[in-house]
Amino acid sequence: MSITETQKIEELANREYKYGFVTEVEEDKLPKGLNEDIIRQLSAKKGEPEWMLEWRLKAYRYWLTMTEPQWQNVKYDKVDFQDISYYSAPKSKPKYNSLDEIDPAIRETYNKLGIPLEEQMMLAGVAVDAVFDSVSVATTFKDKLKDLGIIFCSMSEAIKEHPELIKKYLGSVVPFTDNFYASLNSAVFSDGSFVYVPKGVRCPMELSTYFRINASETGQFERTLIVADEGSYVSYLEGCTAPIRDENQLHAAVVELVALDNATIKYSTVQNWYPGDKEGKGGIYNFVTKRGLCKGINSKISWTQVETGSAITWKYPSCVLQGDNSIGEFYSVAVTNNMQQADTGTKMIHIGKNTKSTIVSKGISAGKSNNSYRGLVKINKKAENARNFSQCDSLLIGDRCGAHTFPYLEINNPTAQVEHEATTSKIGEDQIFYLNQRGIAKEDAVNLIVNGYVKEVLAELPMEFAVEAQKLLSISLEGSVG
Amino acid sequence: MNQNKLTFKEICLQSFEDFEKNLNGEKQHPIHLYRKKAFEHFINLDIPSVKNEEWKYTNVSFLTKEEFKINPVKSDFSYDHISKFLFDNLEHNLITFVNGIYNKDLSKLLDIPSGVEILSLSEAIKNNNPIIKEYLGSASDITNNFFIALNSSFVIDGALIYVPDGKVVEEPIHLMFYNNSSSPKDLIQPRNLFVVGKNAQVTILEHYVSDTDTEYFTNSVTEIFVDENGNLDHIKLQEESLKSIHIGRMDTNQGRNSNFSSHLISTGAKFSRNEFNSVFKGEGSESTLNGLFMIDGDQLFDAHTLIDHAKPHCNSHEHYKGILQGNSKGVFNGKVMVRQDAQKTNAFQENNVILLSDSAVMNTKPQLEIFADDVKCSHGATIGKLNEEAKFYLKSRGIGEDAATAILIHAFASDVITSIKIEALRDYLEKIITRKFN
Repeated sequence: MSITETQKIEELANREYKYGFVTEVEEDKLPKGLNEDIIRQLSAKKGEPEWMLEWRLKAYRYWLTMTEPQWQNVKYDKVDFQDISYYSAPKSKPKYNSLDEIDPAIRETYNKLGIPLEEQMMLAGVAVDAVFDSVSVATTFKDKLKDLGIIFCSMSEAIKEHPELIKKYLGSVVPFTDNFYASLNSAVFSDGSFVYVPKGVRCPMELSTYFRINASETGQFERTLIVADEGSYVSYLEGCTAPIRDENQLHAAVVELVALDNATIKYSTVQNWYPGDKEGKGGIYNFVTKRGLCKGINSKISWTQVETGSAITWKYPSCVLQGDNSIGEFYSVAVTNNMQQADTGTKMIHIGKNTKSTIVSKGISAGKSNNSYRGLVKINKKAENARNFSQCDSLLIGDRCGAHTFPYLEINNPTAQVEHEATTSKIGEDQIFYLNQRGIAKEDAVNLIVNGYVKEVLAELPMEFAVEAQKLLSISLEGSVG
Repeated sequence: MNQNKLTFKEICLQSFEDFEKNLNGEKQHPIHLYRKKAFEHFINLDIPSVKNEEWKYTNVSFLTKEEFKINPVKSDFSYDHISKFLFDNLEHNLITFVNGIYNKDLSKLLDIPSGVEILSLSEAIKNNNPIIKEYLGSASDITNNFFIALNSSFVIDGALIYVPDGKVVEEPIHLMFYNNSSSPKDLIQPRNLFVVGKNAQVTILEHYVSDTDTEYFTNSVTEIFVDENGNLDHIKLQEESLKSIHIGRMDTNQGRNSNFSSHLISTGAKFSRNEFNSVFKGEGSESTLNGLFMIDGDQLFDAHTLIDHAKPHCNSHEHYKGILQGNSKGVFNGKVMVRQDAQKTNAFQENNVILLSDSAVMNTKPQLEIFADDVKCSHGATIGKLNEEAKFYLKSRGIGEDAATAILIHAFASDVITSIKIEALRDYLEKIITRKFN
């Protein structure tokens, strides 16, 4: 490693988390701990109907019978589920009609993040359902969407106002029995977003939620449900930043997508939560269950993720390709630095005929971090003519980090065509030399190569997000590879 | 379930006691102390279940359901039994084991260079051969692998091959493991030890055969040591009865600048699992692991490989191919580990599988675990049916459907076959493929 590279890495290591700050807002918080009473209180606080409470309790009772999974390639201190407060909301909760009515401190938080609501409304045309800790504070552009029949609201609102849709779809893709963290989430989820796009409607704007973990020691249990009815299209953006904390914060969200006949859902994530300091102290645990169901024929679900934050990222956005001719896509860039750990990838379950899936995963590990790709491609017996292409590349920066690939291919039908490719390497000396001799400095050369390396994935992001993703990557990458 | 599990262990416990009784004063022999140590570990280990990640697709629960006879009885066999498994036109050293026990009448050695030792392990144990003391048990770990511990508890026979520094054995050494057992199934546990000295060279063929319809359970362990600049060409050929069970383990330690090449060619058994582990203990070494498996019916074939790049400047190439028919199930789990110090590593791994029937199942897990940055590693996996276009091309030139399929399968398999250096063996394998697919 050259001297400049070493310096750059040191520089990066010393860089403080840019988005670390705490907004002081009075909070309404449940005491720490988890039991049936807490769940009853939580449900009561949110004014939920009886059936919802029943569902939560069922999930909780099931969760009690489960044990924490151990197979992952990440190491962390055990989470004490009794040491978490499962609900925190800004104290006063008036209904806002316009953004001006929002608590100035909260708005200031967004301004610091560079995502002023007003600006986004005006410039980007993005409707933002901003989740401030656990309760939706503002939902914008609702009226415009309402005209088209699109429902875009918080989960708690949806439970009250659209119980028939929630009853039908909540837990239909990720049942509460699915896994340890999904069960926990089902029992205690605080809020989240709900989107319903009616038949034949193409959602005219990118829907977006900025998640933000704010209150100290509250795990955030988000629940997102997106239903795209026949022939509809929706693109959803999720982005996250969180302030500096010393305790590990657990984030166990569940995201469910349902695409009916000919519908398309595009789900993009930029994740930049607090990764912990350079010794690995603090940082967010990001244990998320994300799954999309291509229920109808010709449906399509596309996941794009740029993961740069969190102490531990552990998630596998998946596609269940049930409808004939349905398509699943997964594009991912995962960057780990310092002591960060990532075990991420996807699952593509081919059930219907002529189903197709594409997996492009780019891992970049630097510092002392560990970055794993773990993916499953399963072709069921009835899935005639299924097609899968997977490519997982890893880039190593420095000699203390690790890159791992664990692909699982389970093929039960001979008409399937499955291809998997993976490479691991550092940036080629000859590539850098080639650029050097054309007058491009080493730092720029490395940037250029890395940008080229992840371009395939970034190109999948919607415009508004691509900019932010590039910003995030350049902060994480420039420092470590220059 | 629990009670059944005990049953298999109870058989083992009982057999171990019987085994000790018949030792005739060999109880204080170092090899028996090793057996005892292995048995202690064995008793504490559980039969691997499908919840164990390494056994996810391979269910060995039959151990709890069937009865096995562990201490094999010596039996007589004539040359006719094995002659059909010999190769035409090949001068080679032949060592034959019948049901795991060395058979002198069916073995013949050519002129071998002085100092080279090719003998049965039982003989070596009797003569207190120093090679055993130095090497046996130092590559295979008895502490955490159920089947290694089982094999090590009952070590009695197998092949010991020692090629001292600078010696070259020209003719291949053919180890024939011929099995023929009756009910209850024999548990046959060959234990092999191959030691190749500095600048030495040898070719060893492990050949597992049996007549159709014989039932037995082979649990073999092979330990291999290749010293500096040594060169070992290892071929494992498995053509066993469709009622047999085969679990084979191979652990290789490679010294500096050594060259190890392994070919696994298998038409399988009812259940077969091959675990090949190779560790680079010195810099500049090279390792090749190739494999070809062709299974049909209700066969299960599992290949587990681990190449451990513990030292820098080593190269490894791995290429496994499979052809699956009927209701057969194939499993490939290939792991390449590159340790933190192992800079300048090149590791390439590939797995291609063709499914010829609707109900064949393939589960593939090619894994890379990399902790060094200056490395070139890649893996690729493809699973699918034969290329329709290629078939159409052949058909349009007047070649029938079946013949076209056979040609394409031959072409698919030839990658692995042609990299075997012994011509007579290549011809033999071609015949197997022709028999199977034409």
